[in-house]
Amino acid sequence: MKRHLLSMNDLDRQDILAILDTAESMQDVQRREVKKLPTLRGRTVVNMFFEDSTRTRSSFEIAGKWLSADMINISGKGSSTSKGESLRDTVRTVAAMGVDGFVIRHSASGSAQQVSEWVDAVVINAGDGLHEHPTQALLDAYSMRRRLGDLAGLQVAMVGDLTHSRVFRSNLICLKSLGARVTVVAPPTLMPAGVDAWAAAEGFDTSYDLDAVLPTMDAVMMLRVQRERMSGGFFPTAREYTVGYGLTRERLRALQKHTVICHPGPMNRGLEIAADAADAAQSLVLDQVSAGVAVRMSVLYHLFAGEGSLA
Amino acid sequence: MSSGDVSRALRRVAHEILERNKGASDLVVLGIPTRGVALADRLVAVMAEVEGRDVPSGALDITMHRDDLRRNPIRAIEHTVIPAPGIDDKTVVLVDDVLFSGRTVRAAMDALSEIGRPRAVRLAVLVDRGHRDLPIRADYVGKNLPTSRSERVQVCLSEHDGLDEVRISGGER
Repeated sequence: MKRHLLSMNDLDRQDILAILDTAESMQDVQRREVKKLPTLRGRTVVNMFFEDSTRTRSSFEIAGKWLSADMINISGKGSSTSKGESLRDTVRTVAAMGVDGFVIRHSASGSAQQVSEWVDAVVINAGDGLHEHPTQALLDAYSMRRRLGDLAGLQVAMVGDLTHSRVFRSNLICLKSLGARVTVVAPPTLMPAGVDAWAAAEGFDTSYDLDAVLPTMDAVMMLRVQRERMSGGFFPTAREYTVGYGLTRERLRALQKHTVICHPGPMNRGLEIAADAADAAQSLVLDQVSAGVAVRMSVLYHLFAGEGSLA
Repeated sequence: MSSGDVSRALRRVAHEILERNKGASDLVVLGIPTRGVALADRLVAVMAEVEGRDVPSGALDITMHRDDLRRNPIRAIEHTVIPAPGIDDKTVVLVDDVLFSGRTVRAAMDALSEIGRPRAVRLAVLVDRGHRDLPIRADYVGKNLPTSRSERVQVCLSEHDGLDEVRISGGER
């Protein structure tokens, strides 16, 4: 396994399976009365979040604490960056205090990669702009695998705002490594530019017709319509988006019985996903959240516990 | 040790555990992965035969409690399986294949303390090869096998290796 986790491309199939298997054991710990393991005692990991986040930040923090690492939170607001300090100076300042790792989220694509070049500590990408969000892809794969078994040969649809989705990019790599067949569905305005060449090279399918795709899928992953990035007139009205690409009550009925529904959260209920679908028995949304802690414990274990992981 | 030696030693250990515990009540047998789990299963099979009742058994993974994690490459984590009634106020018998430095057992006791509070913890091993680093001793020993530190003791069990055998290899005599 590589030293940092910046992209899903840093993990091969073997690494992914090792992380998912360890996460299974970590989920057992979650159900115990005493949830603390001594494994990362003496390690200090900094959660550095320059974008808003509830579940990613708190699940990294809980994961670290349950492994006895010291977790420190630094957010964009309230740190020296709001006084005009550059990202480079901020991370180098914190690194100089002797921390072992950074969990970083930033609005600039490639920022995690940059940070890994500036400091000696281990860097985990918790979402960098439109680029990647590898731990989300791992927990999605974990949740799907728990419900559906081995993902090899399964049909997975990813639906929605693909252009702005780092979750999509990481999931695409992860699902391909695990042998699933991916179909991406989006309105033409939210398909990434040059998707056809990309699809041909990476071996996934594209479609503009959600109703045609749904009945054959084993898993449907709804992506969030990112209102904060929706200023470009990508679709005329929210209602129109829902009619064409939302997982509505009618579309829920078109799914096979075993088909699972994923959403990385936070959900816009009534926009990309109807309440009926979000709360259906087939929905993995809450499984994904509890898997988040187990998967992140596993990632921290694999990156920090062994020899050579100390800077 | 041949396969006959192994099975005789295990039968004796099972009897000793029952004798000391005055029966099978409040007994929980936990194996330490990987070979300890197979040994624990065999011990409870003998006890069930003798006492005519099932003795709860399980597995206790100690990877996350090891004190040498930082010196070695990442290890895969095995599952911990605690039988349903839990371990509170029970007599827990830890089972491992070889007792050497005692560090594994130390880690296992830490791992146990996070799961509950047993009334007593005992240790059963198939082979005690000496050279302890810590003040730990086994309550039940299949065979004492004096070795030099440079030798390797290898325990093979039919569940994992196709046959039962204990071998000493390597080391300068």
